[in-house]
Amino acid sequence: MTRTTRQVLFWSGAALLTALAIRALIQLPPFGHYRGPYGDIINHVALPERHTPESVAAVNFDYRGFDTLGEEYIFLAAVTGTLLLIRTQRSEHEGKAVDKARDRHIPPTSDALRALGAILFGYSLLTGAYIVCHGHLTPGGGFQGGVILASAFFYIYLSSEYEPFHHLVPIPALEVIEVVGAGGFVVVGILGLLVRAAYLQNVLPLGRPDSLLSAGTLPVLNVLVGTEVCAGWLLVLSEYLRQTLLVRGPHEHR
Amino acid sequence: MSVLTGIILVFLVVMGTAVVLTRDPLPQALVLSVFGMLLSLLFLALQAPDVALSETVIGAVTVPLMIVLALAKVRDESGTP
Repeated sequence: MTRTTRQVLFWSGAALLTALAIRALIQLPPFGHYRGPYGDIINHVALPERHTPESVAAVNFDYRGFDTLGEEYIFLAAVTGTLLLIRTQRSEHEGKAVDKARDRHIPPTSDALRALGAILFGYSLLTGAYIVCHGHLTPGGGFQGGVILASAFFYIYLSSEYEPFHHLVPIPALEVIEVVGAGGFVVVGILGLLVRAAYLQNVLPLGRPDSLLSAGTLPVLNVLVGTEVCAGWLLVLSEYLRQTLLVRGPHEHR
Repeated sequence: MSVLTGIILVFLVVMGTAVVLTRDPLPQALVLSVFGMLLSLLFLALQAPDVALSETVIGAVTVPLMIVLALAKVRDESGTP
């Protein structure tokens, strides 16, 4: 293909795309204006029907709970695939967790940093647990809280060494916890099918609105998702860390 | 559109350009993190706190962290400090 042909092809394609994009942009509703009845209906029925002021949670875990189940398993598949990809190859071996940059001088960790790490670890655990448990009352939920819970463990690594972090994060246990979280979502769905009429239909009492134990299965599903996401992220990130710190290629012997 | 939204949008355009113009991956991961933080501020200003939280934990924390860890591994393999 000559240069001229390529240019003609590119510019005609670009012109067509620009024209279509402009046409689509002109037909967009004005900024901040919402057309479509779905959101308004949910806003009106979520509180009386599901006893939750968080209509986002009501959509995610109840009205559209089946979609969230799909997302759960996308996450599970992604975590599994990542772990499979970055596993230790046959030609590699595990070394000691020592800094490999020889020209870098590392000062010993100060007590202040250790104390700060411990405080932030507890604080992040608490924040994560709070966001998971209050997913049906305030913004946030299983996914966001789960990631915060997982990142809390990194304060241990950042304020000390790899070893204490590694002991706190046992890989086989995490794998079990992750699968329990993912499988629990399916089980709650099947309960709805058995006790009521449809998959993921609420089987628990709705409770008083705005209390911690309300909105039926919403908090249960949130905790399950939080468990799965926390374990999944910890698995992926600790495996990344292990790859970086421990795994050596075939020609590295140290 | 409120003034706040407008200001954040302008900052987002500046930060997005900065992410593209930063060519070295390590600083780029950090600029990307600031971009994610700004994006979550925009979601907050548009009254979507759920999305803002997700964007903070993913865009501002996890993705840059994964990039930095992957970079550490890759640089280590290639032998450059």
